[in-house]
Amino acid sequence: MTDTVYQVSHLTLVPRRHYGRMIGAAFVCAALAAIVHAFAVGQIEWNYVAEFLTVPAIMSGLVNTVVMALLAMVLGIVLGVIFAIMRLSHNPVLSVTALGYVWLFRAIPALLQLLLWFNLALVFPTISIPGIFSVPTVAVMTPFVAALLGLGIQQGAFTAEVVRAGLLSVDQGQYEAAQTIGMTRLKMLRRIIMPQAMRVIVPPVGNEFIGMVKLTSLASVIQYAEILHSAQNIYYANSRVIELLIVASIWYLLVVTILSLIQGRVEKYYSKGVASPANAK
Amino acid sequence: MDTQNLSPNAPIVVTADVRKRFGTLEVLKGINVKVPQGEVLCIIGPSGSGKSTFLRCINQLERIDAGAIWVGGELVGFRREGDNLYELDDVQIARQRRSIGMVFQRFNLFPHLTVTQNVTEGPIQVLGEKPAEAQERAHALLEQVGLSDKRNAYPAHLSGGQQQRVAIARALAMRPQLLLFDEPTSALDPELVGEVLNVMRDLAQSGMTMIVVTHELGFAREVSHRVAFMDQGQLVEIGDSRSVLADPQQARTREFISAVHK
Repeated sequence: MTDTVYQVSHLTLVPRRHYGRMIGAAFVCAALAAIVHAFAVGQIEWNYVAEFLTVPAIMSGLVNTVVMALLAMVLGIVLGVIFAIMRLSHNPVLSVTALGYVWLFRAIPALLQLLLWFNLALVFPTISIPGIFSVPTVAVMTPFVAALLGLGIQQGAFTAEVVRAGLLSVDQGQYEAAQTIGMTRLKMLRRIIMPQAMRVIVPPVGNEFIGMVKLTSLASVIQYAEILHSAQNIYYANSRVIELLIVASIWYLLVVTILSLIQGRVEKYYSKGVASPANAK
Repeated sequence: MDTQNLSPNAPIVVTADVRKRFGTLEVLKGINVKVPQGEVLCIIGPSGSGKSTFLRCINQLERIDAGAIWVGGELVGFRREGDNLYELDDVQIARQRRSIGMVFQRFNLFPHLTVTQNVTEGPIQVLGEKPAEAQERAHALLEQVGLSDKRNAYPAHLSGGQQQRVAIARALAMRPQLLLFDEPTSALDPELVGEVLNVMRDLAQSGMTMIVVTHELGFAREVSHRVAFMDQGQLVEIGDSRSVLADPQQARTREFISAVHK
């Protein structure tokens, strides 16, 4: 063999053509175009969608949805943290109680829990501490309160499991190092363990927050005036069913998009100190 | 109170018949040691001999089953009333741990905090020092361990040797009367061992009381005042470091040392 075979400087690299990918992409684009076309020519009065997108009833429904999702999630996270710490406690009463809470409220469907809270007056006609106060349950258990309790408490059961996984993900050496510099248990959890657990906790909690925004639509069943309830009230009057459902969908999309962006920011905050190419200096 | 008036030569650590069991396995079978102020004591012995457990008992990462430990003249983990020893609560144990620094085999730096924040965390959060003062002192300590240029780095971006030096600075920031080292160089690449031992050597020369569980017999010979050999939960031999390492009196010690030197 002569050395001329090894002369390569005049050669050109020709990239491979991905014909399969091209065919697949063409197929998908055609399907998407067909779907868009179908909706464009379908019996949807898009001008109604635009008209009702920002009417006061829809806007107040939107506010109620966001407020309910936020408060129920806050309640869920607070309960989740408390029950996760109880679950990991050395006290068997606390740990079994936490186990029972998760078992009970994770098992019963959210809609059913809302109905139970809303109808609590059937079990306890009045809520009272003898000698101090007494109120009829129906006055307390408004749609707002029933929805908040129902959604928040069932969320707490799910969040407790997420927080527990987060706490377990932190290395035992971190607990020992924190104890060695004289930290008490609560300070150790707050300053050393939770900030590290958050890295594991935030992605699933962000996911559940998004789930919660959509779960608030269940509260329409117990007459809580969230956005789906408002949309339904309007279409009962004007029969523009699909148009108003699209209005509600648009707002859900928007809220969830904003939440996803916030989640990304929070995740970045808690990834401090993690060795990854993105964080390297 | 259990605090005695300490003369200058009073021992910093006294352990009396310390016993510890994990289930049915007795890992400490009555350990008696006195460590005077300023002494460097190295504990050597095969793995499973109980030396790390003994160290962890001193700052109550493990609870002892019998016996007693005094640090700085104060009974550790218990309060004595008459002939009863009452177990202390979490807050009191945390307070006792403040003056006992510990350096771990796996460093255990706080990964979410920068190097400086690792060092200031204890002084600010536990001792209540002002952040500015704690930070100034942290910078001085980091200079002492040769890491001034890494102040703002996160632990994940440091080598093992650098992390261990930060861990030593973190322990020193609490102004401890006693430093415990649990195999501080065992997790390091061989070329990084020296930088950590050098920092420890400087500390020893500055008069810090140190108990070091180690496999570095060279360090034990050069730096420590006394060496203790533990095997199967017992303190087999303790004495002047050169004589124990060069001329051990017990057969088990001789076996161990010759095996390590092979």
